[in-house]
Parts: sequence; structure tokens; C-alpha cells
Amino acid sequence: MTWLRDHIGEVLGLTVQHTYLAGVPLILGLLIALPLGWLARRYKGLYLLLIVGTGLLYTIPSLALFIILPFLLGTEILNPINVVIAMTIYTVALLVRTVADGLGSVPDVVSQSATAMGYRRGRRLISVELPLAVPVISAGLRVAAVSNVSIVSVAALIGVQQLGSLFTDGFDRDFMEPIIVGVIACVLLALAFDGAILGLTRLATPWQHAGKPAS
Amino acid sequence: MTTKEPKQREIMMKRTRIALAVTAVTALFGVAACGSGSGSNDPLAAGASAGTAVTGTVVVGSANFPESSLLAEIYAGALSAKGVKVATKLNIGSRETYIPALKDGSIDLIPEYTGVLDQYFNKDAKATTADAVYAELKAAVPATLTVLNKSAAEDKDSVVVTKETAAKFKLKSIADLGPQAKNLTLGGPPEWKTRPTGVPGLKKVYNLDFKTFRPLDAGGPLSVQALKNGQVDAVNLFTTDPSIADNGFVILNDPKSLFAAQNVVPLITKSKVTPTISAALDAISAKLDTATLGQLVKEVVIDKKDPAVVAKEFLTKNGLG
Amino acid sequence: MIGRILAWLTDGAHWQGSDGITRRLLEHLAYSLTTVVVAALIAIPLGLYIGHTGRGRVFVVNLVGAARAIPSLGLLFIAVLWLGPRLNGDIAFLAPAGIVLVVLAIPPILSGAYAGVESVEPNARDAAKGMGMRGGQVVRQVELPCALPLIMSGIRSGTLQVIATATIAAVVGLGGLGRFLIDGLAVRDTPQTASGAILVALLALAVDMVLALVQRCMVSRGLTGRYRTVQVFDHDADIEATPTAPLLQ
Repeated sequence: MTWLRDHIGEVLGLTVQHTYLAGVPLILGLLIALPLGWLARRYKGLYLLLIVGTGLLYTIPSLALFIILPFLLGTEILNPINVVIAMTIYTVALLVRTVADGLGSVPDVVSQSATAMGYRRGRRLISVELPLAVPVISAGLRVAAVSNVSIVSVAALIGVQQLGSLFTDGFDRDFMEPIIVGVIACVLLALAFDGAILGLTRLATPWQHAGKPAS
Repeated sequence: MTTKEPKQREIMMKRTRIALAVTAVTALFGVAACGSGSGSNDPLAAGASAGTAVTGTVVVGSANFPESSLLAEIYAGALSAKGVKVATKLNIGSRETYIPALKDGSIDLIPEYTGVLDQYFNKDAKATTADAVYAELKAAVPATLTVLNKSAAEDKDSVVVTKETAAKFKLKSIADLGPQAKNLTLGGPPEWKTRPTGVPGLKKVYNLDFKTFRPLDAGGPLSVQALKNGQVDAVNLFTTDPSIADNGFVILNDPKSLFAAQNVVPLITKSKVTPTISAALDAISAKLDTATLGQLVKEVVIDKKDPAVVAKEFLTKNGLG
Repeated sequence: MIGRILAWLTDGAHWQGSDGITRRLLEHLAYSLTTVVVAALIAIPLGLYIGHTGRGRVFVVNLVGAARAIPSLGLLFIAVLWLGPRLNGDIAFLAPAGIVLVVLAIPPILSGAYAGVESVEPNARDAAKGMGMRGGQVVRQVELPCALPLIMSGIRSGTLQVIATATIAAVVGLGGLGRFLIDGLAVRDTPQTASGAILVALLALAVDMVLALVQRCMVSRGLTGRYRTVQVFDHDADIEATPTAPLLQ
């Protein structure tokens, strides 16, 4: 794999940009999906609307969204911000349902006990329901992270530099090495995201792997 | 009382962990954003170069085929050697995609070809010889852009067939395709379907009506493969493409000059031109000729060398880098 | 912009001919259906086997996660560069893309089949064994029907994946609705690209709805509880039939 050895700096640089383009939408998407998911939970009518709406968003092919966004938003054509916004839309589309289901997975008994203990709605949400919903939300977040890493590579077709650029460069020159390196790098990056989210979830849910029960 | 304290400690620990987790995630992406900010293709500076905030940085773009990236690297290397700050944005796409990027400031400079560029800006382009095309182009370029000196190096579109097909239908020039065209499949880049040098041009100038047109890629491996495998009978390849010689393909003559002169020329935003920049780019145009360009492209496409590396070697050899 | 897109979509000329919407739509459907069927033929028996015997379950569980991470564009390019020169004629375009589509469709369907068999009530399996059914019969007559909801869900997920990837496959010369995206991208004909996007989205939705309908018809009512009436085996009481759970799943 001499090609990799000679181009390790370039590959790492592209990986960093790929991380940015896949990761920032994850955070933004989660921040947007949390209130939306809560709203969907709270108002039943909204649930159906949001789920169908976000399902629709997800069927739009990624390449198309990357191309159309500059026109809709007035951003420059080559600006990677288009990719970030498109990926945020996909992340929100995936996560709204997960957040709603996650909040729904909290047993009623628990919410009611919290109310009985004097928690008002806001505090109950933040201190009880959200933490308990973390496992489900984090599962959805992991799926979103892995999908994002894969979808971002398509942006190479519109000239945005990230690991996908290795694919187009290799293909244009009938050159396999960059493409293979790019595919492996994408998979490794996705695994890294997955592992990171898993690790953070473990940090955030100590009760899930607490040792002995209280005596 | 003692039962309350452990619970409060647990709650505090839980809160601390969540806070730590959030901080870690934010820090992670902060680092990634900063890290990407120091790269030459960083997403954050892309917006900045649009305005005149970062004066002096010239963003060199390229189209989505290897020769364009090679030329862009040559330009970038020469400018860099003269102390100009450069950044590159390679593999943007077809002309229809990167000209708007040039106009809105996402890129400042791109290597182009006189003939097709002339036809892009001027719907009534008539000139076919090198100097006439160049003059027509200079007049047709929009007010905010300009072209510098042209090079002797030429890379033209061409219609290419296999040796067997040429022998079978006795093909020497594009005109010879006339009677056969309705049974033949033509391949080319997707933009050929509508471009004046593409399918409409072949119809207008040579009266050719092909059975089908298959959109492939811009003279890349897909086009070469399609011709070799018989998926298309004729395909558009660039004249400097080493695969033509490698596979014994036959370039059909263009007696009616549908593909006018195509000299390599830098297209640049007028406001970015400085004496240093134009001197450096003109020096390259002077040193570049078709044979050299063909050789350099061969090194990138066949020998799989990096465009940047091949560019540097060319510049060093010619005292420009 | 919306006006231009609508104008493009309603232009009659765009619907006819070898480049037209109708032809591309049918091509896209053909690619998608063929590859999903092939993938299902491979994945469903495999998933049933793994679920029934429990062998290789770690492999399956990790496979789906890993497969979602593979960038389809990269896989397409590798397939074309490697397989293209070895084939002749039109198959040289279709085969590489087809193989990639099948490979990408297998994990969701496999996962659905495996999860479906796993989710079968142990009691049902025991009852079947108690009735004297042997391994193969248990799979065919009990586990497969019970696993159908999750299998169908896997098929729907796989189909969506295939439709999306077939769109990108236009970059390597495939036909289908992706052509409008790629050709539109090449000449910056945004109404064409946008129309292509809308058509793909509509196709995906339509196909998903059809599959949902198929799912409703195929899945046994015992699983979904979709009974019009409640059967109560109490002949003494005077119980009227009453409508129960909503028909919609």
C-alpha cells in the first residue's frame, strides 16, 4: 500500500473534514430533534405529522439535496455549509422519531412517581424522562452517525473535499488504491463515531451498568 | 438523614457525568472544526474568500478531469513560488458548474480552453483558428473576468472509434460517419447532450443523427471502457488522452472544425490580477506545448502519479517553481 | 424556482423518448425490483437459518451495522473499475452496479429475517414441536409466517436503500431516474435535477406504500390482531360481535 504511505497526510486531512461534515450535523440535528420529538410526544396529532414529514425528507436523494440547497438558501455553490445543512436535515429526519419513541419508552409509573415526588413538568423532563430516554436516543444517534459518514462521501460529486474525493480522484484516473483507502477510512470513521457515542452513553447512564443493587 | 446524603451524591455524580459528556462532545467537535480550519481546503475559509476579507489569496479551481487538476496544480505551484498565497479547489465539476463559482467568488482562477470557452460565452462563436478564437474569446468574456495569454498547448474534444470500427466503415473523418450514424451509439460526457460542441453540434455541422447518446463521463475510464467493450461505437475523448494511443483508437478528423482551436488559457477574476500573477501564468503558457502536456497527462493518468507532484516536476524543470 | 421545476415536470417532451421520464422510471423500477428480489432470495433463507439454529448470530448483528457504514459511491466505483473491463456489451454497465445494489440490500433483509425468527414466541415453537413438526416444517409453517412483519420491514428498508443507491449509480453510466440528477448536475440544469429528486422521492414513497399493503395482506391476522370481531368461546353468554382494534397497522 505504497500509495497510502505517500499520502497519509492528505488522507488524514480529508478525514478531519469528513468528521466535521458528518459530526456537526449530528449535534445540530440532535439539538433540533429533541424539542421536536418532545412536541411529537406531547401532541398526538403532531406525532403523525412529524413522522410522515420526516419520513418524506429522508427519501430525498442526498445528491439532490446538496445541489438544490444553494438555490434555496442563497449560499455559495461550493460552500460546504450546504452539505452541513443537508446532513442536519437528514439527521433530524432520523432522530425526531427516535426521540419521540425514546421519551415514550419511559414507563408511565416512573413519570407518575416523579410527579408524586413533586417534580414539575420541566424538571421531570430534564431530570427523569430525558436521562431514561438516553439509551433509545443514543441507539438512533449511532444509526444517524454511521449513515451520515456514508452519505457525506456523495458530496464529492459536487466538489466538496472529504474522503469521498478519494473516490472521484481514483475513478477519474482508473486508480483503485485511493478508492479502497477511502472506503476503509469511511468505515473506520463510522466505527469511531459509533464507539464514541457508545462511550458517551455509558458515561451518561451509569445506572445501566451499576454493579450491586443497593442493599 | 443518612439515607438522603448518598442519594444526593448519586444525583450530583450523575449530573457531573452528563456535564462531562456534553463538554467532551463539544470539545471534540471544537477541535475538529479548528483542525479543519488550518487545512488549505477548510470549509470555514471558503466563505471568507468570497468577499475581499482575505485579500491576496488566489483560489485555483479545476474541472472534473485529471488534466484540469494538473493544470490547476501547475498554476498554483507557479503562483506559490512567486509568493502569492494560493488555495486549490479541485474536481468541481463541468464548466456549467464552475463558471458560476468563478462569478460568485468561490474560486478566482481556473485553467480553460479557448474554443469551448468562447462558445460558452458567445452563442454565435464562429472563429476556428487559434488566434481568431482567442480574439473572439477576449471580446466575449464577461466584464468581471478576463483571460491571460494563451498557450500553444492544445487539448481538443474529439470523436474516437476503435481500429475495427474505422476499418469496417472506412472512417477517416467525422463526416464519414454520416450514413452509418443512425445505427451507431455515441458516448460522451452528460453535458454533450446540450452543448454546442456535442450532439447538437454534430447534427448541425455534420448532419449526424446517432441512434442513441449514452451519457458517460468526461473522457474518463467509463468512456474508454465503453468504447473498448462495444457499449458505444464512437466516444468523445480528449486529444491528450493517453488511452487513445494505448488502445489503438482512431481519432476521426474534423475537417469542418466543429471543435475549434482549444488552446490552454487561464481564466481569472479581473480584480485578482496583479503583475506578479499575470507574469507567472504567462510564463507557464509560454513553456507549455501539446507534446509536453500530453506527456504530463500520461504521467498522471497512466503512471498514477499525483498531479501536484507532476506539476512540481514540470515547474522545477522549467525554472518556474 | 418552484415554477421552473413544475414547468419541467409538466413538459410533455420530457416524458417521451428513450430519455424520457417514463422510460427512466421503468428502468429505475426494474433495477430496484430485480436487485431486491435477488437480495431477498439470498438473505431470507440465510436469515431464517441463522435465526432457527442460532449459528452465526454475532456475525449478522454486526454485519448490518458495518454495512450501513460502507459508502455506496466508493463501492460502485470499485465494482466498475474492477468488473467493467472484464465484461463486454451492456452487461458491463449493469453488472457492477447490480452487484453493488444486491450487496447493499442484503444486510437489512438479512437482519429483518433473523430478527423476525428471533422474535417468534417460544411457545409457538414448542407447540409446533409438540405437534410433531420437524425442523424444516417448524421453519416453514411457524417461524416464517411469524417472522413476516420483521422480514417485510427489512425488505422495505432494503428497497429504500436500493432506490437511493440506484440514483447515484447514474454516475457510472446506469440509466434510471438518477440520470436526471447527474445530467442536470453536469449542465447545471437545476429544474432537471430537482425534478429527478422529486421523482425519486415519489417513487420511493409509492413503492414503500405498495410494500406496506403487501405486508398487510400477507401477515397473518393472528399476529396483528386485526380482527373484525372478537371471538369469545362462551356459548352461554349472549355476547355480540364487536369491532376491535383499528384496521390500520
